[in-house]
Amino acid sequence: MSNVLQLESPAVSGAHEAPERSDFLPYLARKAGAACMSFFMLLVVGFALFNLMPADPVSALTRGRPTSDAQMSHLRHELGLDQPLWERFLTYVGHTLTGNLGYSYEYHQSVSSLIADRIWPTLLLMGSSTLISIWLGMWLGIRAGWRPGGTLDRSSTAVSLALWSVPTFWLGLILLVLFGSGSVGGVPAIFPAGGMQTEGTGGGWSPGHVADVGWHLVLPCVTLVAVIFAQYVTIMRSSMIDERGNPYLLTARAKGLRDEVVRRHHVVPNALLPVVTVIFLQIGTMIGGAITVEVVYSWPGLGYLTFTALRIPDLQLLEGTFIIFSAAVIFCNFIADLLYRALDPRVRRQ
Amino acid sequence: MTTKPPTPSSGADAGTEAVSRPEEKAPSRWVPVWRFTVSVLRMPSGLVGVIVLVAFIGLALLAPLFIHPSDLSVTQATGPLLAPPQKGYPLGTDQAGRSVLDLVVWGARASLAIGILATLLTMILGAGVGLIAGHSQGPIGRMLMHVTDWFIALPTLPLAIALAAVLGQGAASITIAIAFTAWTGTARLVRAQVLAVEGRPFIERARALGATDTQLVTRQVLPNVMPLILVSSTLTVASAILAEATLTFLGLGDPTSVSWGSMLNTAFMQGAVTAGAWWYLIPPGIAILIIVLGFTLVGRSVEHVLNARVQPR
Repeated sequence: MSNVLQLESPAVSGAHEAPERSDFLPYLARKAGAACMSFFMLLVVGFALFNLMPADPVSALTRGRPTSDAQMSHLRHELGLDQPLWERFLTYVGHTLTGNLGYSYEYHQSVSSLIADRIWPTLLLMGSSTLISIWLGMWLGIRAGWRPGGTLDRSSTAVSLALWSVPTFWLGLILLVLFGSGSVGGVPAIFPAGGMQTEGTGGGWSPGHVADVGWHLVLPCVTLVAVIFAQYVTIMRSSMIDERGNPYLLTARAKGLRDEVVRRHHVVPNALLPVVTVIFLQIGTMIGGAITVEVVYSWPGLGYLTFTALRIPDLQLLEGTFIIFSAAVIFCNFIADLLYRALDPRVRRQ
Repeated sequence: MTTKPPTPSSGADAGTEAVSRPEEKAPSRWVPVWRFTVSVLRMPSGLVGVIVLVAFIGLALLAPLFIHPSDLSVTQATGPLLAPPQKGYPLGTDQAGRSVLDLVVWGARASLAIGILATLLTMILGAGVGLIAGHSQGPIGRMLMHVTDWFIALPTLPLAIALAAVLGQGAASITIAIAFTAWTGTARLVRAQVLAVEGRPFIERARALGATDTQLVTRQVLPNVMPLILVSSTLTVASAILAEATLTFLGLGDPTSVSWGSMLNTAFMQGAVTAGAWWYLIPPGIAILIIVLGFTLVGRSVEHVLNARVQPR
């Protein structure tokens, strides 16, 4: 089993520790507790990173702007920097939990409203790439796992390894220069060079606009799929190989069923289980990929927002996107834990 | 009679043999290492990986012999601006007239250095936490493991970006950011292996002979966990180089130094994409691909050889 592509999943490790015949509620409580602790850890890390480590957040905020001492001390008081540490932490936790993620002095807008604006493009990008990756990964994984060592198996492993070994953003740059610039090897600019819609077109759900957004989505989506589909292939493949050894296959074959039917109706439904949880465990990788892909294609989502915040640097905005990304990952890990148990009756009976 | 020092870092079973059969003299401490190296090199993937790595590291070390600093200076470069491959510039030039080939060779130095340093830091942090968490079964061990688990849930790239942004631009902050996000996997791996090793009889024997906790961990447990740390570190170098490229591309690296990530950052920022300057974009990525594949191949071969040794028992 490859170490690189292997998932260190909390769901899988949790399965081994699952006690005999426990009910769903204690399990739910335990997992919810772990998720809450992770979230608490996130708050501690976020607080330490953005409120303790910068020597003076106020001078970082006002960098490049003329400010008087009075304004500085007013800002300091406004941000609560003159209060004791634990009080600041409590205020921070309170603010974060109520959705107050600070104010972006660059955009002159609250961080939460900025995030609310930019979350939809990111969800669109990640959602569409996930769907395509799942479809592609399962299609390949089922066939590779059915005949391990075959041509398809070996070539898909090689492709996965090669795609794992290149940075996501580089793949994006290459696709962009090939299909978006219109100046390489006579390939016309088939796809737009960036952004989410053509300048000047209106929003809304008109077919023209939807098609335009879809057109802009192609290259970012292909890049992200290229990076994440390998995980699905690996999981689906090893799951198929595990299932292949089961005696029920012999029964099915003894009934005279064709190979195709055995695979499709007997093996695949069982082999699907691990894949479902992996979808949710993948989100960390997805977010990492989405950030760089959004930067390359100037896709106006949370990743691009993080990038612009980095260049200024706008620490409050960075902190906001960091909290949102991490909270999403923690939440999805929790969902994966629950699904794993809900879907696979064997885990419950173990 | 005291416990005999075990043969250092060979297969996972070296410690067992040395302790359980003290009358058997270990010939030389390097023999198992040599034998191990030979069996890695006998695997085609291991051989290819080692050749790739030796070639790249050699090139990076020797680069100052054939690349003059003025060739890399933005103001002193003499080549045509952003020109495709031609005579004298086999990989073309960048927007300042520097040879892309020179930049790629020079970039290997920073990328490898950060990758290897970050891995060292990751291993020290991860192996340290893993050893302590695995060895002390009490509240400290449990606490460390919980912290690791909570940490593992945080997404790598956003955490690294946040950390590097707070620490400020530069190679040091990128190195720290990579190590800080990568240690959890190593800690888990090492802890699991420590638990497995400590279940073996020779540990109990050493304990009965009066070994202290420190002696147990450094003399008995660590040599047996070392092979795993070795595998894990070759694979970590690969992902650290990828992470370095990504963070530098996002503009968190040292803006004055040349690395593969900073080349791509400059290319992207200076409009190499719209200019269609493929010769500027492709080489750094291919270099990353080759070196990452090299480390991955070596890592997998080492893992394979180790597994083949451990499993028959």
